[in-house]
Amino acid sequence: MKKQAYDLVIKDGRVIDPALGFGHVAHLFIKDGKIAKIENDNISSRKKIDFMPDENVIDAAGKIVMPGLIDMHVHLREPGREDEETIVSGCQAAAAGGFTTVCCMPNTDPAIDNQETVKFVLSRAEMADARVYVVGAVSKMLKGEELSEIGDLVKAGAVAISDDGGYVQNPQLMRNALEYASMFNIPIISHAEDDFLCKDGVMNESFQSTRLGMKGRPAVGEVIAVLRDIKLCELVGGRLHIAHVSTAGAVEAIRMAKADGVDVTAEVCPQHFCLTDDMIGEKFDTNLRVNPPIRTKADIDAIIKGLVDGTIDCIASDHAPHAEEEKDVEFDQAPPGMIGLQTTVGLVKTYLIDKGYLSWADAIRKMTRNPARILNLPVGTLKVDSPADITIIDSDKKWTVKKTDFRSKSKNSPFVGWKLSGKVSHTILGGRVVYSDK
Amino acid sequence: MKLQSRHLLGLEGVSADEISLILDTAVSFREIIERPIKKVPTLRGITVLNLFYEPSTRTKISFELAEKRLSADTITFTKAMSSVKKGETLKDTVRNIEAMKINMVVVRHGSSGVPYFLTQCMDSNIINAGDGSHEHPTQALLDMFTIRQKYGKLKGLRVVLIGDVKHSRVVRSNIWGLKTMGCSVAVCGPSTLQPYEVEKFGVDVYTDLDEALDGADVVNIMRIQLERQQSGFLATQREYTNLFGVTAERLKLLNKNFTIMHPGPMNRGVEITPEVADGKSSVVLEQVTNGQAVRMAVLYLLSGKREEEE
Repeated sequence: MKKQAYDLVIKDGRVIDPALGFGHVAHLFIKDGKIAKIENDNISSRKKIDFMPDENVIDAAGKIVMPGLIDMHVHLREPGREDEETIVSGCQAAAAGGFTTVCCMPNTDPAIDNQETVKFVLSRAEMADARVYVVGAVSKMLKGEELSEIGDLVKAGAVAISDDGGYVQNPQLMRNALEYASMFNIPIISHAEDDFLCKDGVMNESFQSTRLGMKGRPAVGEVIAVLRDIKLCELVGGRLHIAHVSTAGAVEAIRMAKADGVDVTAEVCPQHFCLTDDMIGEKFDTNLRVNPPIRTKADIDAIIKGLVDGTIDCIASDHAPHAEEEKDVEFDQAPPGMIGLQTTVGLVKTYLIDKGYLSWADAIRKMTRNPARILNLPVGTLKVDSPADITIIDSDKKWTVKKTDFRSKSKNSPFVGWKLSGKVSHTILGGRVVYSDK
Repeated sequence: MKLQSRHLLGLEGVSADEISLILDTAVSFREIIERPIKKVPTLRGITVLNLFYEPSTRTKISFELAEKRLSADTITFTKAMSSVKKGETLKDTVRNIEAMKINMVVVRHGSSGVPYFLTQCMDSNIINAGDGSHEHPTQALLDMFTIRQKYGKLKGLRVVLIGDVKHSRVVRSNIWGLKTMGCSVAVCGPSTLQPYEVEKFGVDVYTDLDEALDGADVVNIMRIQLERQQSGFLATQREYTNLFGVTAERLKLLNKNFTIMHPGPMNRGVEITPEVADGKSSVVLEQVTNGQAVRMAVLYLLSGKREEEE
């Protein structure tokens, strides 16, 4: 049998790759797990497609074809809580959500604060449906006391360090971490919430926490934490990335720092541009409990402004699986966090693109090129010879979030029942179709 | 006139007509309590669970007596004596108890929102007997009953709530109820114990006790928890008493025919002097007696909702 020129072709889709500055209808050819070429529609490209067997052609007419999306902030729970998520199940959720690359946070058990655990995670990820990059711990056992062996972590493959889940409360340790990490040119990802101001808080401090009699986490707890990290970064250099920005004050602090030339980047999560704290009193849904907490309309407005003007570089999910029995309890007893890998694309489309705040190209940039650049990842583009990681989205398809559709082992999403627009049609990892919408 | 909901989760959103209905109904039960035989067959055949996850003296006994006087079968659960110690979740606990065929649940719990949570996992009528710092509706109802009993009205009265506003569910329920009934409401306490944006409740906010008392009709004094000192909300008990302790001297600022209330338990000599607590304007024991009548009314009216469904 004659060897085929290409393994797969995605035809007639609107191809958008901000890294290439590409944005029109074209055909994408894949060979040996890599991008072979992008060609406009013409007689010659048609001919090539016509020679291909049908099963090797994906018709993307009317759909958007983009580099495989990157979620730079997920919790995969392995090792330690395999009942909540495994690397394999988390990557299945990623594939179904259009993400071909995820970066997993180190707050596992044991924590990813040593080479062996990095290697363990990477080995588990080898056969998974997404690429996994590891974020190592800033401090040993995430205790915020002594630096972990950051050089070793990087050598084993860590692309950033973070004590996510909590703040590096000790400013001297954070200063040292920024200085130390700069030797390896990796960013520190900061979960910026001051422990003292936010201690035991279960929701945003506002009239809503007052009304419900719940302990609040004040916005200023985030703002102060962000400002401190920015000042330390300004002092000693290094690269700072602020995770899950949730307040207007933090957006403004990051905007000013960027204007001052500080090497700071930032991400936001859908819950912080879709949800407000007044929803908590409706049903005391523990899936609405998350750190940092969901805030107010004014914060959402500021976050959207930050997304539009580029202050916010990335969109990530902070996918945080929790077992049903742990969430089906009193509101203040539930662990913070919600899953997000399979709802992020729909929420971005419905709440940012459809409302006219971002173009598809803007949104794709914040989920491909920008995280790839911040973490120095060899993915996030459709450039020829890049890995054939591709996401195809049926951009106007309406769908309802269903619990039974979650591929994650955990189902803790406050978005169940939401009607969204924009659904992942295909996810392709290294030329292999890892997800296709039925 | 009927209650809108089959549960009593809080007073936020409860209408003036509904509150009046409960208070009017309580008047006749108040009369029954004074009879030599204090028992009516109203709730015969109904089983009520008193689910107490937090310690309570007054509220627990008050509900138990109210239930018994209505001829309900009652069982009381306290956290200390239960399988909660063995790690059973709240949901499993209540579903197991409900499997023994109970009809109504009175719940006291340290977490805000638990009464709502129970409505989602049980079929019983749920009565909130205090959830976290959120609401304690029967306390506010008995406070309003007591005020109305004395003045013959609620509308137009000036009520000042003093103490730890931030952590008090009694304050919150009182604010909702009193505002709905047309009272003018003020809160007063140290600024560290006033919750964020408390003025959005539509109350006047004071940190000076004398200013707060000026022109008030009713003073409802909350218990101050001495452990607030450790959390940095207060300097010393001594300073709290100097600034916010209600003394006979300060009562001169009040309107004639003023009333002193306290939901208990009292720290005599801290937030209230014995002279004030036992003075002729104090209605603290009347509050306790009225509490039973109000709780009988709530149980009766909610059991009526049961019949409606059947």
